[in-house]
Amino acid sequence: MALLEVRNLSVRFDTHHGSLRAVDDVSFTLDEGETLGLVGESGSGKSVCNLALMGLVPRPPGVIESGEVWFEGRDLLQLPESELRALRGNSLAMIFQDPMTSLNPLLSVERQLSEVLEVHRGLSRRQARKQCAAALDDVGIPEPERRLDEFPHELSGGMRQRVMIAMALLCDPQILLADEPTTALDVTIQAQILELLSDLQERRGTAIVLVTHDLGVVAGMSDRVAVMYAGRLVESASTLDLFARPAHPYTQGLLASVPDLGGNREGDLFSIPGSPPDLVELPAGCAFAPRCGQVEEACRSGPPDSLDLNDTAAHGPRRVACPRAHAGFETGGLL
Amino acid sequence: MSESLLSVRELKKHFPTGRRSFLGRSHDVLRAVDGVSFDLERGQCLGLVGESGCGKTTVARTIMGLEKASGGSVTLDGHELTSLGRRGWLPYRTRVQMIFQDPYASLDPRQTVASILTEPLAIHGRGKPKQRKLRAMALLDVVGLNPRHINRYPHEFSGGQRQRIGIARALALEPEVLVCDEPVSALDVSIQAQIINLLVELKERFSLAYLFIAHDLAVVRHISDTVAVMYLGRVVEMAPCDTLFEAPQHPYTRALLSAVPLADPLAERQRRRILLEGDVPSPLHPPPGCAFQGRCPDRDAVPAGRCVSEAPLLLACGSSLVACHLDPSRE
Amino acid sequence: MADQATKKMGDWGLGAGELERILSEAAKHKGESLWQDAWRRLKANRTAWCSLCFLALFTSVAFLAPLLPLPSPVSLDLQIEPQPPVAPWSQFGRGGFSPEYWELSGLDQAMVRGRVAIFDDWQTAAWLGTDAKGRDILSRIVWGSRTSMLVALAAALCSLAIGVTYGALAGYLGGAVDNLMMRIVDVLYSIPFIFVVIFLITIVNEYRTELEDHYGINREVIFYLVIGAIYWLTMARVVRGQVLSLRHAEFIDAARQLGASTARIVFVHLVPNVLSIVIVYLTLTIPAVMLFEAFLSFLGLGIEPPKVSWGLLAVDGSEMVNPVRIYWWLVVFPAAAMGATLLALNLVGDGLRDALDPKLRGQS
Repeated sequence: MALLEVRNLSVRFDTHHGSLRAVDDVSFTLDEGETLGLVGESGSGKSVCNLALMGLVPRPPGVIESGEVWFEGRDLLQLPESELRALRGNSLAMIFQDPMTSLNPLLSVERQLSEVLEVHRGLSRRQARKQCAAALDDVGIPEPERRLDEFPHELSGGMRQRVMIAMALLCDPQILLADEPTTALDVTIQAQILELLSDLQERRGTAIVLVTHDLGVVAGMSDRVAVMYAGRLVESASTLDLFARPAHPYTQGLLASVPDLGGNREGDLFSIPGSPPDLVELPAGCAFAPRCGQVEEACRSGPPDSLDLNDTAAHGPRRVACPRAHAGFETGGLL
Repeated sequence: MSESLLSVRELKKHFPTGRRSFLGRSHDVLRAVDGVSFDLERGQCLGLVGESGCGKTTVARTIMGLEKASGGSVTLDGHELTSLGRRGWLPYRTRVQMIFQDPYASLDPRQTVASILTEPLAIHGRGKPKQRKLRAMALLDVVGLNPRHINRYPHEFSGGQRQRIGIARALALEPEVLVCDEPVSALDVSIQAQIINLLVELKERFSLAYLFIAHDLAVVRHISDTVAVMYLGRVVEMAPCDTLFEAPQHPYTRALLSAVPLADPLAERQRRRILLEGDVPSPLHPPPGCAFQGRCPDRDAVPAGRCVSEAPLLLACGSSLVACHLDPSRE
Repeated sequence: MADQATKKMGDWGLGAGELERILSEAAKHKGESLWQDAWRRLKANRTAWCSLCFLALFTSVAFLAPLLPLPSPVSLDLQIEPQPPVAPWSQFGRGGFSPEYWELSGLDQAMVRGRVAIFDDWQTAAWLGTDAKGRDILSRIVWGSRTSMLVALAAALCSLAIGVTYGALAGYLGGAVDNLMMRIVDVLYSIPFIFVVIFLITIVNEYRTELEDHYGINREVIFYLVIGAIYWLTMARVVRGQVLSLRHAEFIDAARQLGASTARIVFVHLVPNVLSIVIVYLTLTIPAVMLFEAFLSFLGLGIEPPKVSWGLLAVDGSEMVNPVRIYWWLVVFPAAAMGATLLALNLVGDGLRDALDPKLRGQS
């Protein structure tokens, strides 16, 4: 039984340029204690997808066109704002990319943290302070008591992200939505934060949706990966399968264009030609068709359906939205 | 030493900070770059890596004369640059050019591509307007853009295309050295690969020398011949690319390399990370002795207190230069 | 080294002939500049577009005033009390025009001659009524608007020429220079200009003949000088603030590393990029200047009769408001003209702000 199930989610934005579908017919599930990596380039809709789960899509210009998000037997998209608010920060928590702008610069660390507790748990100021200190200690912040009285600008980037994580985990959420949690951080600090996240997950069994563009982060952190392109989910698979045998041409290209730290500098890097499409003027068929090296006539007629992939060696179910990929796996050979 | 094209010696850039009154001088000094030396040979690529705030961008800006050096020297073919004024600099501008990080901020939004690309030629009085324009179109072709789009504006191009325009502008004066300040870090992975390939191609085609600044180690490894690692305003290790990545000597380099996530789940799961404690100290109040001592996982291996009392010098160790008190023959 | 450079040029792929051909094709691929984009969006904004058309009409009427078949704004027709408006359908025009004006400039005189040649002595009836001295209100409003336009033009030119340059230089040069330049602005700001105007005008009145005959300085010159002295100050501050935030933009660094001179950076890169804010700010300044002119004229410190300005019209109107009888047309029409102009300017300013906002770019 999946903890969270997203079915056919579509989110549209009505902008001045025209209306665009930032998330188009996206379905995925999240199991308990699992980490799902949501990968894609900028504009692929991965962040909007995350916001939609939290009911935080700005409306207007955003419109949830269709879809269901099932959590604990309820469809989050149908819940009234008051019930959603009770869920947010309690069972569902979120951490953002930029820890500087997501903390209120005028409030001390204690005020930011205890707000969550006072709202959701109704604790007194003193009890809340104690819990906050414990939470900071839990995310590896030294001298938590002293840090509580500091303000966001007195903390370094890594510390701020730890505070954000502590805040997100205060109410022991079942699902943590992490939107590019380490993108703004340096590599060594990123390593600390990733280590912290996987450690916390192991201890508490929180399920994580990890939105990122960094394939390295996904490889290390997630159990399953969903790849998005131009608002659509093009491929989802267990991390091992996806990295070992990428099925969708976009995933293949994406993996091949990452420079290798381990050597092999001869020759050009593989690169996907062209640039991501303008969401306002998507091509009629598969959005990736204009950049795809394996494109066929059929690809240009209509968007391909996302179907289960017949991969006998797979560690779990795989879905791919590319007829070529299916054909390739049917005949047993890789493309 | 006189052989090298661009030679940087003990370069320092200190920024006065803190409160400044109308007449008073401030006393706090931020040592953004604190004695950096390296040589760049013709046709070579020197990668400069480090985390944010380590001073790598300031090195680039000081070399370009965008910041006035507080000390040390930058010589191009034996000509000292740091002491020059704007006019004195002009003849050298044509030989050293820069590519910027953010393709959205580095092009003037009110100029057409034509005026962006002809501006360098106009400043240096090269050719007539018509010739300049033809030249600009040839440049667009060189960087893989359609020369017919010369009359468009930057906002009509995507991020990757804009970065190509930025590269074309840097090539306009046919420089020998390109200083690339994080040229691909603002781009998506699939576009990043295109730009790296372009840079590699241009390097061969025009025998350019690159000072390639990046925080992405994999990118640096792909493009560089030599790599220098900076920490808190100093170079802690400099070595030929393969040596640095395969046999890193400085504890910081090792930690940095081990922290990079690999796009390979199996390798990633087996890997043991060296996790550094804490954050990079503020360059306003660097720790005494070795700047890395507070976070160094190997500091106990060094005889008592040397790391605190004495800043390590950048000394040869095999084919690398390493600034660490740790005995390199330890392994 | 030179050989190497020319050799590099040689293997740049495209030949000269090929490039020439492409250059002619490139004309078809004209991009849309941010200005064109803003203009398109301004046109799409109906309110702003109507206001802009109104202002354009208004300005051309003001400019062409001597050519229009209006009664003279100063010709007296002494009578006991102001005449109420006459509807155009009951009486459209009448004869009896006499070309009485104050000292007009050469162009205006030529236009008056043209008017006489075309319309002879035909003139419009008093559609908006007349004042106590029998002067036509419509004509006085139109002629008065010329003063407002001139004042607005003077302030706008000062703001643009002095304010933008001064502010951009201060912001770009920074440091001690910026400090000094902005302190000068602060000092000028702190001068109470109303008192300066009163003071100067007292002097001018005292030594009227000497000053006017020998130096050509009269009240009007003083008036424009003062407006010029005040209205670039705020613009300089606004521009400086904008330039400060742009100064470290990468494209400015890019120009610096190419070896661009300060003048080039300021006028080619900085000024065009702050111009959108400057324009929006101008549309807000102009109403303030017009009000300032009306205010000074109302106090008797601005334009002198027989010349007309909206401030003087207000004085005339207010003098005629009494408990016995209210000559409403003396107040309502000048006020409406001024109100409509100021409103239109504000609406255009609003529209421009939206049109020039880079975040809304591309809206059709």
